[in-house]
Amino acid sequence: MPGPARRFRGASAVVAPVAFGIALLVVWELVVRIGGLPSFLLPAPTAIAEQVGAQFPVILQTAGVTGGNALVGLVVGFLVGVLLAVLAAGSRLVSELVTPVVLAASAIPIVALAPVFTTMFGSTTEIPRRLVVTVVVTVPVFVATARGLRRVRPVHDELMVALAATRRQYTRFVRLPGAVPFVMTGLRLAAPAAVIAAIVAEYFGGLQNGLGSRISAAAANTAYTRAWAFVAASIVLGLLFFLAGLLAERLVTRNRR
Amino acid sequence: MSAAVELAGAGKEFGPVTALTDIDLTIGAGEFVSLIGPSGCGKSTLLRLVADLEQPTSGTVTVTGKPARQARLDQDYGIAFQQAGLLDWRSVAENVELPLQVHGVGRAERRARAAELLELVGLADFARSRPGELSGGMQQRVAIARALAPSPKLLLMDEPFGALDEMTRERMQAELLRIAGETGAAVLFVTHSIPEAVVLSDRVVVMSPRPGRVTEIVAGRRPGTVPDDPGAVEYVRETTAFFEAVTAVREALRKGAAE
Amino acid sequence: MNGRLRGATTAVAAFVLLVALWELAKWLLPAAGVTVGDTRILPRTDDAAMPHVWTVLARLGAPEVAGAADPRSVGAAVAGGALVTLGLALGGLVLGGIGGTLLAVLMQRFALAEKAVLPYVIASQTVPLIAIAPLVAGWGGRIAIGGWTWEPWAGVMVIASYLAFFPISVGMLRGLTSPRKADVEMFHALAAGWWTTLVRLRLPASVPYLVPAARLAAAAAVVGAIVAEISTGTRGGIGRLIIEYAQSATGDPSQVYAAILGAAVLGLVAAGLVTVLELGLSRYRGATA
Repeated sequence: MPGPARRFRGASAVVAPVAFGIALLVVWELVVRIGGLPSFLLPAPTAIAEQVGAQFPVILQTAGVTGGNALVGLVVGFLVGVLLAVLAAGSRLVSELVTPVVLAASAIPIVALAPVFTTMFGSTTEIPRRLVVTVVVTVPVFVATARGLRRVRPVHDELMVALAATRRQYTRFVRLPGAVPFVMTGLRLAAPAAVIAAIVAEYFGGLQNGLGSRISAAAANTAYTRAWAFVAASIVLGLLFFLAGLLAERLVTRNRR
Repeated sequence: MSAAVELAGAGKEFGPVTALTDIDLTIGAGEFVSLIGPSGCGKSTLLRLVADLEQPTSGTVTVTGKPARQARLDQDYGIAFQQAGLLDWRSVAENVELPLQVHGVGRAERRARAAELLELVGLADFARSRPGELSGGMQQRVAIARALAPSPKLLLMDEPFGALDEMTRERMQAELLRIAGETGAAVLFVTHSIPEAVVLSDRVVVMSPRPGRVTEIVAGRRPGTVPDDPGAVEYVRETTAFFEAVTAVREALRKGAAE
Repeated sequence: MNGRLRGATTAVAAFVLLVALWELAKWLLPAAGVTVGDTRILPRTDDAAMPHVWTVLARLGAPEVAGAADPRSVGAAVAGGALVTLGLALGGLVLGGIGGTLLAVLMQRFALAEKAVLPYVIASQTVPLIAIAPLVAGWGGRIAIGGWTWEPWAGVMVIASYLAFFPISVGMLRGLTSPRKADVEMFHALAAGWWTTLVRLRLPASVPYLVPAARLAAAAAVVGAIVAEISTGTRGGIGRLIIEYAQSATGDPSQVYAAILGAAVLGLVAAGLVTVLELGLSRYRGATA
């Protein structure tokens, strides 16, 4: 039963960040107005909002392109990551071959591969950016899935031996279902990363029809407020992917402890 | 009818450590035998030899007249651990069905058997619940139902009530006695509680460590398994014979430790 | 020991296998790639798109600009660029690490601060903050703080530190709040003040959380530095080198690959430095486990 104190605490969890956010926007606005900050340094929130309104059709269209690339890469990378992890869990050799490559991939700046993919697939298709997203997504999904497949409770391990279960039954009844929460965590982490990769990949050339290229083009034309409007759109897109990932995770794991 | 378990000169070494040495023990059909002793005496190892979770380094382990490995493959025993070890993503009934599913029993038959077993352990109303919604004692009852699913002639239990509070524990002991009586299964039960061993068992096997071995076998005070006699266990716990048996086990343990 | 040797062997084998796959694809697939409709589904495999691995390696030793007066090799240029970027990324990592730790301590100390700020910290990890990199580029040469003019490289470092900041603050907060209640109560019973509890209990206990956070932060700082270089037009670093080579690569694509190889090595070196940090702090590993 949530008592009054409990309810207040719950309320402050919402009120505090909202108040902080509003205060931040107000201070930002005042600093820009009173301090007379030039727009190249930081435009006022109201000015950015105005630009969002003015650019809305363009924003929708470019966000659609970037979001589409992020989604395609996310789905493909997710499938590849899970599949690789399942294969690695099934064979020690595969695991020993795949794991170092994926770990190395997690340390290297994958977006830098964008120009290479552009040369390989041509600069007139969406494939290079989608490939960058795919590789970026594969890494955390593989790592999370592999961890989940490894983390079998000893008591379940013994139970399956005592039940004289086959290796395949062991995978089907214990390992795969046990790994599901980890897989979903990997998806949640990968979803916003997919958006980031889709945007950043545009800085490296290729097709210039997404949010990232709009930001750099506006910045290059010293239209800083407009650039910030596209940044705001990128943030909304990233949050959408994050929330979708979070929702998927909650839905799938809600029946667990 | 062959004995439920027969160990002849069984020993187990883990590298340089001798966990068990020269164990001779026979458990008759339907007999309830407890293993008791200080930690490191190898009581869990002994149970694991019977379950074929470990293999003896000397001697033989025969279960229901077959080598332990064959008995495991034939699902001649059911097993329950200290942790219930239920699969969180399956309902209570699906957890009970698991051993049958592993061995290819059809869906309808599995359902019926699970319902019957949940009735037996008094959890019929929770068939569709998730393990996470159940108390520790209820989870352990599900684990026992799961162990009973393939109708085994032998039940192996490794401190199954170890993590439960005293009240729940005594209730579970009564439940277990009733179930053992109704199914006629032999039980090999590992515990570190003297009263628990005495009140459940036909025989209490007292063990001592370094190296793990059997030092003495004391007669337990398993109550007559009269159906519909819930007072039986409570009654036994207050008899002089029960206290005498407890004292005998305690002295056997002390003697084993002093050796 | 034997297991480690096997692990090292298979790791090497994995990369050899990758190289072999590359060459196999080059050998087997049609040079123009495979196109279905308007979409190319398999890559071009001619020397311009997928140069031989040995061509790339050989390219490292060749002069950067053929016939130039200053015959700097591509390898030297790539190594030099990678070092510059490494410096910027590490500078950003240190700045972001200090800032992130301070914020974490603040959030641990004041519950209200945690409630107000933490949602933004978590959200900011999930939104494309790196998108503002081209905007920070606009600061170059236009602001002066005291007598010091804002240099483009400072923008790169700011972006790198910005990206490193968030994983560190989240990880440190988790670490600072990780001691068990019993441990905290013991310090309380010993009449230890907030500072003593922080230094003697909370900070040591946060090490197991700091290390993975630092690993994430290092990778983020490297990506941040490279992307920032590209969008700020900062010269000298590996990111800019990749773009320069890519734009002048019509004649020689292997140069781009050489630069990307440099970026990959840079990322591995940064990760390796975190491992050194981890070994240095190994005494505190699992302090609360």
